[in-house]
Amino acid sequence: MLSIKHLCKSYVPGKPVLADIDLEITERGITAIIGPSGTGKSTLVRCINRLVEPTSGTIEFEGQDLVRLPRSELRGARRHIGMVFQEYNLVERLTVMENLLSGRLGYVSAWRAWRRKFSAEDIARAFELLDVVGLSGFSNQRADSLSGGQRQRVGIARAVMQQPSVLLADEPTSSLDPKTSVEIMQLLADIARQRGIPVLINMHDVELAKRFADRIVGMAGGRIVFDGPPPQLTDDTLRTIYGGQGWLQ
Amino acid sequence: MSTAAAPNDPFRANWWARGAWLLLALYVVYASSQMDASWERVSAGLHNTAHFLGRMFPPNFSRWELLVKGLQESLEIAVLASALGILLALPIGLCSARNLMPAWVSWPARLLIVSARSFHPVIVAIVFVKAVGFGALAGILALTVASIGFIGKLFAEAIEEISLKQVEAVRATGAPFMSVIAFGVLPQVFTRFIGFCTYQLDSNLRNSTMVGIVGAGGIGGTLFAAFQRFDYDYVCAILISIIVLIMIGEVFATYVRAIFIDGVSFADMLHRRLSSLKPRRDRLVEDD
Repeated sequence: MLSIKHLCKSYVPGKPVLADIDLEITERGITAIIGPSGTGKSTLVRCINRLVEPTSGTIEFEGQDLVRLPRSELRGARRHIGMVFQEYNLVERLTVMENLLSGRLGYVSAWRAWRRKFSAEDIARAFELLDVVGLSGFSNQRADSLSGGQRQRVGIARAVMQQPSVLLADEPTSSLDPKTSVEIMQLLADIARQRGIPVLINMHDVELAKRFADRIVGMAGGRIVFDGPPPQLTDDTLRTIYGGQGWLQ
Repeated sequence: MSTAAAPNDPFRANWWARGAWLLLALYVVYASSQMDASWERVSAGLHNTAHFLGRMFPPNFSRWELLVKGLQESLEIAVLASALGILLALPIGLCSARNLMPAWVSWPARLLIVSARSFHPVIVAIVFVKAVGFGALAGILALTVASIGFIGKLFAEAIEEISLKQVEAVRATGAPFMSVIAFGVLPQVFTRFIGFCTYQLDSNLRNSTMVGIVGAGGIGGTLFAAFQRFDYDYVCAILISIIVLIMIGEVFATYVRAIFIDGVSFADMLHRRLSSLKPRRDRLVEDD
């Protein structure tokens, strides 16, 4: 499905943020990437749809190497990669419905997009998804009138509107309170299960990762230092990932 | 010497700044000596002004047909120039936003905007009068150039300040560039754009009363002719009419802004106006 090989990224030459990452995402369900701040989790996720340009390596997805795709074909590939952001990144002045439909922009000509001419199926699917994420009745509200949790639900619905074959989430719960975080993780887990797609989430909260993830990838210093199911994630491994141990008590 | 060298003096003398102030003061003295400005001239001028103002009243509206025709033409110049200018400023402003466009697109666009801004509309009007002859067309073209310069610059600056996170999210869906503009960029700058447009219409209305002085159509030509014939009472009538026209334009602009920017409906606004006419007894209490 998604096969990352020898991925390297350095923003400054000689100081790699990602050093030789190998990661294979085949199974459905949630893969959580954990690790200390600044270790390249976000960079890794963003390299996959090339919001960040990788320095070297290959990312194979649907039979193509994303790293080497020219811009025009990259757009086509991005349509199948949904993305959820830490700060939701909704277009604040657009309505919830417009934000959802922006997930279809890759499939609609610019001319139709300017005139807001989306197909009836797209609109029907958008209403259906609003229901799924628990926001039916909000379609005409502007995104900037929503709370954080509601915004993230719209962000997730927008990504799912793309009908992606993989879903990326860049710290989707870091700006939310604990209760809302659990609800959002539950929503992502439901989507992963129902749609049968892999969901790759990078996150801070180890407990949340253990609770919802089917697989945990631990990163430290730009490298993968742990890869396995949650029960294998012991205090020892956490010590390797985060360093020190006072915080574990 | 020793104080300037003291390492911890927080208010160290800045000799460059002092030198600059001194130079400025010297230049002001020099410039006023060149300008032949004197109290005698000012007092004589005040006397002339009194005479001139005395002849302006009462205003003479007897040639109102000419007046209305001139105002109509000014209004047409302002509206057409604004419409054309806004239409052209949109793509040019978009192209000159450095956060969206590569340098080879943004630099020519910026150059275009700078050159549109570098001359006063009256100077541009003179050029267009030479090019297309006397009349409103020259005025329309001159003010169109001014509108492109103003709106293009402000629009580009507004785009350079948008949140790129929202743009990034739209881009991540695989949207083509023009759709990213429609969904990620324009919604963020739309209300400011409306603001710029109403200001520009306002300013075009003002300038359209002036380009007539150089023969580019509108009320300005009539005004200039009346001045030269010493018809000061008619001049006064024209000035009053211009003030009224500008005020109407300003009210209109306020309404447009309220509707588009604050999302107030026209009915709401009417209601607010009417209720503000009613005497308010509670005001004293509130002030307490």
